[in-house]
Amino acid sequence: MGGSTASLRAYVITRVILMVPMLVLLLTFTFIILRVAPGDPVSTIYGERGNPQVIDRIKTELGLYDPLYVQYFRYLHDVFTGHMGTSILTQRPVIDEIWSRMPATIELTLSSMLVASVLGIGLGTFAGTRRDRLPDFGTRLYGALAYNIPIFWFGLILKLVFAVWLGWLPVSGRFSPRLSTPPTVTGLYTIDSLLALNLPAFADAVAHLILPSLTLGIVLSGFFVRITRVNVIHAMGSDYVEAARARGIPERSVFFRHGLKNALVPVITTMGLTFALLFSGAILTETVFSFEGMGRFVYLALSYRDYPAIQGAVVYYGILMVIISLMVDILNAFVDPRIRY
Amino acid sequence: MADWFARGRTSLVGRLFGTFLRQSRSIAGVLVWIGIAVVLAIIVMALLAPFLAPFDPNTKVADPELPPGGPFVMGTDRGGQDVLSRIIWGSRVPLAIIAVATTISLALGLPLGLLSGFAGGRLDRAILLVMDSIYAFPGLLLAIAIAAVIGRGILNVSFAIAVVYIPTYFRVIRNHVASVKEEPFVEAAIALGLPRRRVIGRYILPNVAQSIPVIFSVNAADAVLTEAGLAVLGLGLPPGIPDWGFDISLNWQRFDASWWATFFPGLFILILTTALTFVGEGLNDILNPLLRRRETKVGAEA
Repeated sequence: MGGSTASLRAYVITRVILMVPMLVLLLTFTFIILRVAPGDPVSTIYGERGNPQVIDRIKTELGLYDPLYVQYFRYLHDVFTGHMGTSILTQRPVIDEIWSRMPATIELTLSSMLVASVLGIGLGTFAGTRRDRLPDFGTRLYGALAYNIPIFWFGLILKLVFAVWLGWLPVSGRFSPRLSTPPTVTGLYTIDSLLALNLPAFADAVAHLILPSLTLGIVLSGFFVRITRVNVIHAMGSDYVEAARARGIPERSVFFRHGLKNALVPVITTMGLTFALLFSGAILTETVFSFEGMGRFVYLALSYRDYPAIQGAVVYYGILMVIISLMVDILNAFVDPRIRY
Repeated sequence: MADWFARGRTSLVGRLFGTFLRQSRSIAGVLVWIGIAVVLAIIVMALLAPFLAPFDPNTKVADPELPPGGPFVMGTDRGGQDVLSRIIWGSRVPLAIIAVATTISLALGLPLGLLSGFAGGRLDRAILLVMDSIYAFPGLLLAIAIAAVIGRGILNVSFAIAVVYIPTYFRVIRNHVASVKEEPFVEAAIALGLPRRRVIGRYILPNVAQSIPVIFSVNAADAVLTEAGLAVLGLGLPPGIPDWGFDISLNWQRFDASWWATFFPGLFILILTTALTFVGEGLNDILNPLLRRRETKVGAEA
């Protein structure tokens, strides 16, 4: 046991060290893509007919005339010392913009993940234990439809039906303007309002969250249904389940303690992979529901070629993805001792 | 070289097709047939658009936002254009994007996967690192970044989408190659001193190729969805070209007033992507019982 703990530690350390080249790669890629591209932020914002001298001066101030390698190393230096610059569009430090918008996206992604896992694992198990029967086909159809639905369009339909026609839920935003927002602790309105024991605010925050997280969660659940179903079928047909049955263990217990438990290991680790999918979906979901999170920020920054903002956002997503994949790998190594790279 | 290619291709296509035909009456087979039928119908619709569309897709033919009914089966949009005609013409864009984007992804992902899986060692790890970095990054965001930089147009958008899916081809092919490489017949071929190109072409590629149709159909469905996403965010094709995604972006802000102008284009996207998935899932069940096991393994390796 001591040996495996040591190798696990070595493994974790290797993975943490590997984060650095992955991030540098990502940063370099962003830098190249943005600098090689035609167009620059100053001209985009001031327009083609802006005063050329003013544009020139601002460009010089921003260092856009320096040699590329100087810009590149300045950029790397800034990122690693935590300076992401000032957004050209909003004139606020990029890091502040990110901090103020991140909670919205975290709130949305976590609640969508909850919807997706409950729906996906539930339905996937249901289908997997009834293989090739009618419920199995129904569920697979649901999985295929959910996974393939254009998320933006699906969000619009939910919004039209439940917010506009039925009027049950708010149409857009994160919080009603008529209520005062709870004091910021985590930035997540649901948690902050609970901490402040402000129940009306909590109810309002949850009401705003329901449609966006249903939209994103249902789409993602299509993926979970598939993975869960396949793994449940795989586990229930395995030798160890056969052996457990042969030993006369009641079917219920065979299913929960031997089948499902083993089936869920790969499902849980696959969830980590879906974060990339989740963040992509969040960009569109945030657009439909005017949910002011990172996705909206990225979109606006891109529309205006706001370099510092885009770079900040990419760094933010990069760090987030690297950390998530690291956590997933480590979690994976814990639950499945066979995996060591 | 020529006879090698001919033999390799006959055996490969023949084998894939044979397995498929033998199983085509199973439920998975039916799924594939439905999927193929729908995709073909959409291809026919795209080809015959000038004859099928009742109106010109880019002309104002009636009052804006007429509800479905009368000569306008699916109503008219904000610009007074016929929604049905725009949908018929618009089917050309997703099909073109699928063709171009999947070709680019495959053309880069397949050789890289073969190389990486076969070579192993440091080269393998370096390519894996690059591919994993791309893979881990949110796909739509990557496509947005590329599309924002290289601009609009079918080729540009296809390229932006293609980059996102290179790692998918790469990963499946690479893992497959790495496992096939350990098989006795490949080891024997290497031991016999056959040139590397021949080992890959004659012994590895045919065994790995069976996973390509499955990745292709998943990739194709994702490409359509990504293109729609880009279009909705204003990064799709230049205005004037009817396109399902673009039509959604044109009309969605009036969704509560004229839902049909947004609803029908989205519905067609869903029909196309679901049909592609049917093809993929069915082929997966038929051609590749191994892939199911690998799906579990990919999860476990993640």
